[in-house]
Amino acid sequence: MMQVKTKIGRRSFLKSSAVAGSSLVLGFSWLAGCQPVAADAEDLPAEWFAINAYLKIGDNGRVTIVSPNPEGGQNVKTSMPMIVAEELDVDWEQVVVEQAPLDTESFTRQFIGGSQAIRQSWQGLRMAGASARYMLCQAAAQAWQVPQNEITTRLGNLHHASCGKTATYGEMASAAAGLPVPETVTLKAVSDFSIVGTSRKNVDGHKIVTGQPLFGIDFTREGMLIAMIVHPPAFGMTLKSADVDGVAKMPGIRDVFSFKSMQDDYERQYFDTVTFTDLVAIVGESTWQVMNAKKALRAEWEPIVDTPVAVDRFGQKQTITIPAGLEGTDVHRKQMAEAASKPGQIRRKDGDPDRAFRQAVKVVEKTYTAPFLAHNCMEPMNFFAHVTGDKVELAGPLQKPEYTEKTVSARLGIPLENIDIHMTRLGGGYGRRSYAHWLVEAAVIAQKVDAPVKLIYTREDDMTSGIYRPMYQATYRAALDTNNQLTAFHVKAGGIPESPLFPNRFPAGAVDNYLAEDWVIPSNITIGSFRALRSNFMAAAEQSFLDEVAEAAGKDPIDFRLELLTRAMDNPVGKDNDYEPSRYAGVLKLVRDKSGWDNAQSGHARGVSAYFCHNTYVAEVLDLTIKEGKPVVDRVCCAVDCGIVVNPDAATNLAEGAIVDGIGNALFGSMTFKVGVPDKSNFDAYRMIRIGEAPRKIDVHFVENQIDPTGMGEPPFPPVFAALANAMYKATGKRYYHQPYLSENQVLG
Amino acid sequence: MANFNLNINGKPQQVDVDPSTPMLWVLRDHLNLVGTKYGCGIAQCGACTIHLNGIAMRSCILPVSAVGNQAITTIEGLSEKGDHPVQQAWLEHDVPQCGYCQAGQIMNAAALLKANPHPTDAEIEGAMHGNLCRCGTYTRIKAAIKTAAQANG
Repeated sequence: MMQVKTKIGRRSFLKSSAVAGSSLVLGFSWLAGCQPVAADAEDLPAEWFAINAYLKIGDNGRVTIVSPNPEGGQNVKTSMPMIVAEELDVDWEQVVVEQAPLDTESFTRQFIGGSQAIRQSWQGLRMAGASARYMLCQAAAQAWQVPQNEITTRLGNLHHASCGKTATYGEMASAAAGLPVPETVTLKAVSDFSIVGTSRKNVDGHKIVTGQPLFGIDFTREGMLIAMIVHPPAFGMTLKSADVDGVAKMPGIRDVFSFKSMQDDYERQYFDTVTFTDLVAIVGESTWQVMNAKKALRAEWEPIVDTPVAVDRFGQKQTITIPAGLEGTDVHRKQMAEAASKPGQIRRKDGDPDRAFRQAVKVVEKTYTAPFLAHNCMEPMNFFAHVTGDKVELAGPLQKPEYTEKTVSARLGIPLENIDIHMTRLGGGYGRRSYAHWLVEAAVIAQKVDAPVKLIYTREDDMTSGIYRPMYQATYRAALDTNNQLTAFHVKAGGIPESPLFPNRFPAGAVDNYLAEDWVIPSNITIGSFRALRSNFMAAAEQSFLDEVAEAAGKDPIDFRLELLTRAMDNPVGKDNDYEPSRYAGVLKLVRDKSGWDNAQSGHARGVSAYFCHNTYVAEVLDLTIKEGKPVVDRVCCAVDCGIVVNPDAATNLAEGAIVDGIGNALFGSMTFKVGVPDKSNFDAYRMIRIGEAPRKIDVHFVENQIDPTGMGEPPFPPVFAALANAMYKATGKRYYHQPYLSENQVLG
Repeated sequence: MANFNLNINGKPQQVDVDPSTPMLWVLRDHLNLVGTKYGCGIAQCGACTIHLNGIAMRSCILPVSAVGNQAITTIEGLSEKGDHPVQQAWLEHDVPQCGYCQAGQIMNAAALLKANPHPTDAEIEGAMHGNLCRCGTYTRIKAAIKTAAQANG
């Protein structure tokens, strides 16, 4: 058990506004599903009592827990309320979960991103449950005239042993709601958990499998119009003119106009990434009519000039220049080769790498590359907007509502407090929905047409309007001495237009002589975070390279890594090493054990990889065979250390999905460009992994400990790229340095 | 624009739309049946899968004018209470992550099991090849289809 304070300074973690607030009623009525299932309706209480921002209790004992963060498939809508319910001490079957709207007064960090939801909210969610339980006990103590510390709770019931009285939470909810929030509360011991650490089903499961409206694209409103945009066909181009009259009279079309989504002198925030700000809007009565008008619209485009843009990166003000030019993948490759041949910006240096390389007995040097990637969320970008006077109502899927709200406020000239954002379920995010320029576009269009509007991107808009995983390259060098000890390690990495380098990650700290440097090449192609940003490439490159170095040293690849981690544990080099070597080694040992590494099945080629990012450690062993010239992944064994596992089956599902996603992107994922034009615009050309290419079996194992939980959305993704590359090497005798590993119709073996 | 009399989830429905309108948008925009999802518009992702006379079809390329009085079933009409064996198996395996593609997956799986009550792994992979899941829930989809197949006895 642990006592925690519910306030830091004057800021309280627990306010009562959210569940009681009127703005939520709208969110609840739609987001809870248009037609509540019968069981829900029968059990509705006569009255709800809001205990704090996270929960309310009905007079019949039903408990509503609000999930503060957007749900994009990472299971937070189930897992976060589980943590509240644990400390509240209620029967999970009695809990109804509802999605909170954006409410920065009541909640902190209502984001999806960086696998941080559980990690950063862990304490706050526990406090919300524990303080409500405390207030219910206090209410019972006052009613029964007994000392509060003699009251016990169990599954939504209060009990006092010596006087024999019992009450349900529902019976005490009214009194508890009027009590002050305690200044300190006691949290449960981890060993007493009965909900956290047990597998609970997705709270939206029934609605998903019955097709109920949950997603932004499903949102509707009386009198709502449909909008689409037309954006330039190439990066480096902008709108010159559009023949709006040519399509304005087509059936069902209400309005066609050009507009700016961001003013030229607007100081952009960090997440305001967008290339195309001069757009044409087409607004009409139905999607098909608008799609037809969009196809018919004739517009002229012209090249951009170098464009300075003011950016405020979390308080750091700078001017960046969007360069003119129509870029192509062939040129990008040459630019990267040239940048890599010059000295980079040194980010970390330990010892004397130059001397160590001169004295080396063996030097291994390899270069790795990866292309731009499109996120390809299954639900295309969309948002609902309704602007009435100086009030704005917005609903849809996005990852960073708090930031986007500020952008909308600045663009429309409407104060933040007049803007309501309702967060629908996201049909995938993976980083793409952090950059919600389409929400701003929807709001500008809604303001112009003075009607409720839902903006929908076509798949082609979604795939060609930007925000890609950057293109990357990394060159690694390793020096071995006569004893096959790693004496020096050098990484030089860069990208278009950002560097993927993490200078303080493994094997930094495990090698006496170490050098990390990087470079960047500017571009007008917009990029953003993509599931495990930068790590998704660095893990692929580094873990493929270590496999090759281990081979050159004549060592088992797991033993080789463990040797380095032992060095980092016993006698670390430098001070800023970004990992705990013992936990890193822990997942490697677990995966070695669970995969039967030491007794490899005959006929399988195996590869191993391990990586630490977003506060979670993951190691993976992948087994494959080549059948009819194609890699068939028979099994992936995955070991994870994310501390306490809140919802084990959901965490397992995330790891399975990340492994499938990683294999797909490693084998097939690629966006290339010709004269500024993305050369794939739909799933006929952009190859995604399909069911027959997924592993036959995925085993996920968790390290058991009582460390506060960390995230699962991203960490299982990066390691699988190299586990696959290393297994493919075993199967084919060929190393894989360049993603995607397979070209179209390639035959292996 | 033209009037079309349709048979959807066992009920007669009338819509007044352009004859070229794909069933996907008739369902979503005109009948408020939004369980059928837009993913690609070119029959490459399977999110829009419905049943036409019990056979899985991509509604994004099926013009309303081609439907006539053939029976259309959408995810909302697959079962009355959401308890079709495939839906139950999906819940048992807690398949969805983001959930967006799952209605299409379920409709395709239900059509597969109707035509082939006990598919092999290869038959499942073949039949489900056209349904993308960006979250990568394929191993659970396959397991759920096998569970649902067991309900066929």
